[in-house]
Amino acid sequence: MDWTALLLSLELSLWTMLILLPIGIWSGRRLAWTPVRGKSLLEALVALPLVVPPTVLGFYLLVAMGAGSPFGRAWEAVFGQQLTFSFAGLLIASVIFNLPFAIQPMQRAFEAIAPEVREAGRCCGMSPWQILLRIELPLAWPGILSALVLTFAHTLGEFGVVLMVGGSIPGETRTIAIAIYDRVQAFDNEAAGLMSAVLLGISLAAISLSYLATSRLQTRQAHV
Amino acid sequence: MSDGLHLSVRQHAPIPLDATLHCAPGEVLALVGPSGSGKTTLLRSIAGLHQSVQGRIECNGVVWFDSQSRLCMPTRQRRVGMVFQQFALFPHLSALDNVAAAMLELPAGERRLRARRWLARMHLQGLEERLPRELSGGQQQRVAVARALAREPQILLLDEPFSAVDRATRETLYHELAELREELRMPVILVTHDLDEATLLADRMCMLDHGSILQTATPDELLRAPASAAVARMLGMRNLFAGILLRHEQECSVLSWQERELRIARQSHMVPGDAVMWAVPGTGVMLLGSQSTQQQALDNAVPVQVTRILALGEQLRVMLLCGGDTLTMSVPRHVARRHALAEGQTLQVRLRGELIHLMPHTQAQP
Repeated sequence: MDWTALLLSLELSLWTMLILLPIGIWSGRRLAWTPVRGKSLLEALVALPLVVPPTVLGFYLLVAMGAGSPFGRAWEAVFGQQLTFSFAGLLIASVIFNLPFAIQPMQRAFEAIAPEVREAGRCCGMSPWQILLRIELPLAWPGILSALVLTFAHTLGEFGVVLMVGGSIPGETRTIAIAIYDRVQAFDNEAAGLMSAVLLGISLAAISLSYLATSRLQTRQAHV
Repeated sequence: MSDGLHLSVRQHAPIPLDATLHCAPGEVLALVGPSGSGKTTLLRSIAGLHQSVQGRIECNGVVWFDSQSRLCMPTRQRRVGMVFQQFALFPHLSALDNVAAAMLELPAGERRLRARRWLARMHLQGLEERLPRELSGGQQQRVAVARALAREPQILLLDEPFSAVDRATRETLYHELAELREELRMPVILVTHDLDEATLLADRMCMLDHGSILQTATPDELLRAPASAAVARMLGMRNLFAGILLRHEQECSVLSWQERELRIARQSHMVPGDAVMWAVPGTGVMLLGSQSTQQQALDNAVPVQVTRILALGEQLRVMLLCGGDTLTMSVPRHVARRHALAEGQTLQVRLRGELIHLMPHTQAQP
């Protein structure tokens, strides 16, 4: 059992989730309510990681973050280390390939809030922040929770993008999914089986929580 | 400028608007019109939920919107109490918290105390902790009114507040609102497409069509003297016909309709010889020989044929063919029985000239 890999995966999932929380809320609200030009195109872009093969996405991210790219060079100039094959690079990739998992459920949750309810908040004298905290977030929380859980579970199990961008550096980029692959390559089926079971357990718990949250949201909508 | 609401807005899109109105403190002004007439947009402009292209909105001396000086006060600063069509209660908050949410500037204890008082005033004691979905339509409406008033608003805006409740509940709520308005010293704007509701609750009615105000007057004035055929049609006046004003006499005016002369109340503002539209309320068409009222000087006997009789509760609506036009008369059931009214029958009715009202002629026929 590679505990370092498991911890690294949990750390990556947690950071991805935390970074995507504000991004998801902001973009979900905008896509739900603001008439944006080219909204369909934006939505398609957000959904792209769902349909593009992870190796293809990983390849483009590798090129975009590599030492030959302007972004990669700028990163190295500021932080003194290369972005690819580092935890930071892995985190950026993880945030990008999880965009649809975070944004889409949040967008649906915000769309479910009647515009008049938010307008009633304005008529009650609430500031935009008060409306967000007192009205929107409490109403959208099952969708937000669902998005976070999906992001967490998806990051935990991602293989293709991680391998392309991060490789398999122990303690830096070797996540549990990579570790399982390595163990199988080394004919250590016992360790691979144990790690797979742990991953399966965590994913199952996470996805159950997500479904529970979604069903709560639907029950609430049925009553409103 | 006097107290109350002064509004003047203009825009071409998305909904054309061209309206100027005033509503005094304590007055209930109903915005009446078909869907798409702009009445809700007008209400939303007052609340700051919709921004018109041009205009000025002022309430109790404070300018809320002025396109010339590019001033647009945000909704939260306008102190409006708004009751939405579907009430728009916060679904995750109890009745008490819904009302308290309108007083966030007060300390928590104080606002709960006041919210409790408002709910009691709206006859909702014991329901404070219920969620909106656990309340009936009428109760939800009362919570919405309590929430709107708890803010101590400068103006109360009601957007079809009775449309989402059943008829019986509506009757009760009408009485409650009528009682409540005695105490409110603020302008109240009521948006409705229900004429009965407007005549019952409003001091003045503002008739809107395609974003323009056709006429603003008391319900009585409107029903007695609609400014145009369009207003008469919106008021549901069935007896609306084209005619020609022949002349003014000492005591009356004379109108030509269906090749006969009708003597009507003198309306000297109309020019003799002009084509006109004329309207008479259902009560202005009576059976000849009816004992219920004395014959009046301006009664005009007209021969008609009964084409249709519709029973509407205690009253019968009787359609009468006269030339090419159809008159509608409302008759109590017992009177119809006494006169043995039947479809196909020919008889004489009298048109009460003192109730006939003239309007400028329009091309469109009713």
